[in-house]
Amino acid sequence: MLHDIFFFVLSVLGIASGVGMLLNRNPVYCLLMLVVNFFCIGGLFLILHAEFLAAIQIIVYAGAIMVLFLFVIMLLNLEVEAREEHHWDLRRISGFVLGLIFLMELLYTFSDIQQFSSAEEQIANFKYGKVEPIGKALMTDYLFPFEMISVILLAALIGAIVIAKKHK
Amino acid sequence: MGLTEQQLYLYLAVSAAMFTIGTIGVLIRRNAIIVFLCIELMLNAVNLSLVGFSRYWNDPAGVMLVFFVMCVAAAEAVVGLSILIAIFRNRQNVRVTEVNLFKW
Repeated sequence: MLHDIFFFVLSVLGIASGVGMLLNRNPVYCLLMLVVNFFCIGGLFLILHAEFLAAIQIIVYAGAIMVLFLFVIMLLNLEVEAREEHHWDLRRISGFVLGLIFLMELLYTFSDIQQFSSAEEQIANFKYGKVEPIGKALMTDYLFPFEMISVILLAALIGAIVIAKKHK
Repeated sequence: MGLTEQQLYLYLAVSAAMFTIGTIGVLIRRNAIIVFLCIELMLNAVNLSLVGFSRYWNDPAGVMLVFFVMCVAAAEAVVGLSILIAIFRNRQNVRVTEVNLFKW
């Protein structure tokens, strides 16, 4: 019961902040809406008993990555988008229509939920949300992807410096 | 206790709605930074569905995949933002409709 209430509140707030991000013209407000959305997704992780991911979501996503975006928005000093003459031009209408068709397709695919079902494996408690099993899995089964992630981050670091550097 | 199929369907529906919001944003917005924010929203929507599946099957693979998706998203954000800075230095704006050198 409590699970359902939290799920309802968090999902409605998350979708509403997403729509707000879509319709707002000021980039800073869009970003703050997205931070609200990330907090809602973090809360949904929490009620799914994925505590480690919820903490990572808040600290890394809503904290670090969004502050990086905010730095860039402030640095570029973007103006608020001007309201256009033809506010509902063909591009916007077709974007909305395509998006709604896409949503219908997704919901139709998910509605045949039996295709996911593996009823014999409904085990009582979920133990992979805690830090310890995740750490053990990272150091044993997922060791190679874990090392590759460090290579990817190093490549991104070098690439960002090279791209953003001012060429003399 | 684990998730029932109805609860899994609700999580997938919320995830699909957020992903669709991100898709519409990529299609209709002109500001490249907002397009990036919408891509981040799509990544998070997929993360939500992955955690839901992971809980449904009681399998660590979904949680691990979300962890790696977050790392790759951080790398992608860094590289994308530096590209945006390079574009802004050349054109003084980041409107995606005006960056059409490779457009045929």
